[in-house]
Amino acid sequence: MSESAWLIKSASPAGGPATDLLLRDGQIADMGALGAADGARVIDAAGLIALPGLVDLHTHLREPGREDAETVETGTAAAALGGFTAVHAMANTEPAADTAGVVEQIWRLGVRAGYCDVRPVGAVTAGLAGSQLAELGAMADSRARVRVYSDDGRCVSDAVLMRRALEYVKAFDGVIAQHAQEPRLTDGAQMNEGEVSGRLGLTGWPAVAEEAIIARDCLLAAHVDSALHICHVSTAGSVEIIRWAKSKGWRVTAEVTPHHLLLTDELAETYDPVYKVNPPLRTKADVAALRAALADGTIDCVATDHAPHSVEDKETEWQVAAFGMTGLETALRVVQAAMVDTGLLDWAGVADRMSVRPAAIGRLTGQGAPLHGRPLQPGSPANLVLYDPAARSVVSPAAHASRSRNTPFARMELPGSVQATFLRGEPVVLGGKLVASDGQAASDSQLAARERQSQRGQPAGPEPVR
Amino acid sequence: MNRHLISAADLSRDDALLILDTADELAQVADRPIRKLPTLRGRTVVNLFYEDSTRTRISFEAAAKRLSADVINFSAKGSSVAKGESLKDTALTLEAMGADAVVIRHSASGAPHRLAGWVRGSVVNAGDGQHEHPTQALLDAFTMRRRLGRLDGLRVTIVGDVLHSRVARSNVLLLRTLGAEVTLVAPPTLLPVAVGSWPCDSGYDLDAALPKTDVVMMLRVQAERMNAAYFPTVREYSRRYGLDDRRLALLPEHAIVMHPGPMNRGVEIAADVADSPRSTIVEQVANGVSIRMAVLYLLLGGAEAAR
Ligand SMILES: [Zn+2]
Repeated sequence: MSESAWLIKSASPAGGPATDLLLRDGQIADMGALGAADGARVIDAAGLIALPGLVDLHTHLREPGREDAETVETGTAAAALGGFTAVHAMANTEPAADTAGVVEQIWRLGVRAGYCDVRPVGAVTAGLAGSQLAELGAMADSRARVRVYSDDGRCVSDAVLMRRALEYVKAFDGVIAQHAQEPRLTDGAQMNEGEVSGRLGLTGWPAVAEEAIIARDCLLAAHVDSALHICHVSTAGSVEIIRWAKSKGWRVTAEVTPHHLLLTDELAETYDPVYKVNPPLRTKADVAALRAALADGTIDCVATDHAPHSVEDKETEWQVAAFGMTGLETALRVVQAAMVDTGLLDWAGVADRMSVRPAAIGRLTGQGAPLHGRPLQPGSPANLVLYDPAARSVVSPAAHASRSRNTPFARMELPGSVQATFLRGEPVVLGGKLVASDGQAASDSQLAARERQSQRGQPAGPEPVR
Repeated sequence: MNRHLISAADLSRDDALLILDTADELAQVADRPIRKLPTLRGRTVVNLFYEDSTRTRISFEAAAKRLSADVINFSAKGSSVAKGESLKDTALTLEAMGADAVVIRHSASGAPHRLAGWVRGSVVNAGDGQHEHPTQALLDAFTMRRRLGRLDGLRVTIVGDVLHSRVARSNVLLLRTLGAEVTLVAPPTLLPVAVGSWPCDSGYDLDAALPKTDVVMMLRVQAERMNAAYFPTVREYSRRYGLDDRRLALLPEHAIVMHPGPMNRGVEIAADVADSPRSTIVEQVANGVSIRMAVLYLLLGGAEAAR
C-alpha cells in the first residue's frame, strides 16, 4: 500500500466549483469539503484548476539512439512538468521500435524513470522502411502491450501496406496513427507552400500532400472497418475531410499539435530553423480552422509531437536543419492561450481533449495498460495535474527539463503554470518543480512492483479497501 | 542604407538610386589609366563561396580590389553544407579574421540571413538558393537605365524558370521599387503557386507579351527540371518559351534582350539573338563590377573614409 496520502484543498476540478480531493493508495479516495485526514499532507490549491493527468499520443523520446537530444528520463521529466502522466513514445528511434524487444526496453526505461507512464508506439513497417509489416502482434503481446502503431516521421504511403496494417491490428484492437505526407509531393519540401514559401525561395509543402493521404486512409479505414488515427493535422482542408469521414460514422480520430494552434508560416521569414517542423506551420486561416475543429470535436485531441533536437541539428541553414520542436513543457499553456483564453474551449473541454480522448485512443483502459483519462471522481486513479491559469511568464528554454532547447515559444509570454503533477497518488511535480525521482536508486523489487502498477493502473500491493 | 544587402527588398527607392548613381561614377574609374581607388584601404572583404560561381566571385573580387580592399577568398565549394564545418563555425572564424564585409554565395535559401546573425561585418548576398541575388538585380537595372535612359514606367518581361530563380525574385522586387512594370512569363509549372501576390503581372503566353515589352530577360532553364516533369522536353520548352529570331521581331524596335548568364544557347535563347546588338549580355558582366564596387563602397562607409 502506498505510504503517502495527500489532501488537496480548494482545487477547481476541470474549472468547476472548488472542492477538496483526498489522494490515498493511488486513488482519489474522497472529494468534497474534507477535514484533516490521517497522515495526509496538505496542498493549498485555491485558485488552481485540477485536471486529469494529461495524455500525449505523440512524443519523441529519442532513446535509444539519440540520447544527445533526449532520453526517456529527461523526456518524461519534461512531460511531468507539462502535466502529463502518460506519453506515447514514437517508434522512430535508432534502432526503430519495431520489435517486442525494443518496445519492452523503452517501456522499462519509462518505469525506471518513474515520472510518467511511457507507452511505446510500435512501428508499422520494419525499420520504418515502408516495405513490410513489423511484427505488430508480437509488440501487442509484449509486456509493453502496444496498441498504437505508427511510422511517424514517415508516411505509410503504400496503399496496400496501409490497408493491411489497418486490417491486421483489428485482431488486438490496435490503431494505426498515420503521418500523412505524400512523399512525391513533398520531395525536398521545406515549408508550407504559399505566399511565404514563394517569397523566401524555400521549396513548398502543399496542403494537398497531407490531405490526399488523409482522404485515402479514411476510405481505407472505412473499407476494412478499422481504427485510423491521424497525426498532427495541419490544414483546413484536412479538417474538412475528417469532418466528412466522421459524419459517415467511420472510426477516424485526429490530433493537432499546440504549435499548429498558435504559430504560422510567416515565422519562416527569420530563416531560423527553430520554426522548421513537419508538417510545416501553415497560414492564419489554417490555424483558425484547426482551433474550430478542436473546439467542436472534429479533431479529438491535442498531441505535442515533442521533437527534441541537438543544437548542431538546428543552428544551421534552414535547408539542412532537422524538422521538429519541443512541446511537452509548454503544451497546456499554449492550449490555454489558443483555446481557453480565446473562449473556444472551457477547462472541461481541455480535460477532454488532453486527457480523456487521447487516453481512449491510446487504449489506456486499465486492462493490461495503465488507466488514464478518468474523470476526477472518487475511485479514479490519482493521476492529476494542478494548474494555475492566472500565472503568466516568459518561456525560457534554459529552464526546461528536456535535454533539447528547440522550443519555438522561447521568449514568448504564455499564460499558466503547472504547479503539481500526481502519478497514481505520488507527486512527481510539486510547486512547479520536479520531485527527485528515485528511479536509479529503486531496488529490483520496487521496480518490479512499479512495472506491475504501470500495467494495471493501480498501485502495487493488496487491493485497496473500497 | 541597411548594414547588410540580403534582399532587394532591403533597398528603398533612394538607396537603390544612390547605388546606381554611385556605380555610374565608379564606372568612370574603369576608363582611367590607374583603375584603383584608395577608398577601402585597410578593409577586409571575404568572398565566402559555397557554390561554384567563378563569374560572380571574380566580379566581387575585382570590385573589392579596385577599391583597394584586402580580399580573402574562402571557397567552400565542393564541401556540401551537410558535411564539414558548419556555417556558424565559419562565421566565427571570419569574425576572428576581422572581416568588414562577407560576400556569401550559398545553395541554401536564407544562408546570408543566418550569417548576418553571427557576424558583425556587413553581409552581401551573392545568391542564396532559390531566394535572391540582389546585386544581379542592381546590375540589371543599371544596364537598363544606361541603355534606355530610364526605369520609371519601363515594361520588363522576365521569361522562364521563375519558381527556382533568385534572379527573378530580386528583379521583381527591385524593379517595382524603381517604378518599372514587370511581367513574368513561364509555363504554369515554373511559376510559384502564389505568384498572384507578387508585385507584378504574370502569364503563360510569350508571343502576347513581347510587343508590350521594353526589356526581355531570359532566365536559364536547367535540363534537370525536365526530369521533375516541369515541362515535357527541352525542345518543347524552347519552342514555347525560347527567344528566337521570330520572337525577336515581335519586340518593339528599341527593346533590349538580357540574360543573367550562364546561357543555354539554343534552349532559352537562340545563338544569334544572344549575339545581336540588342543583347546586353556582355555589358551586364562589365556593369556587374561597377555595381558591386558601389555596394561595397556604400556598405563599408567608403563615403566617409574618402573625406
Ligand atoms: Zn509526424
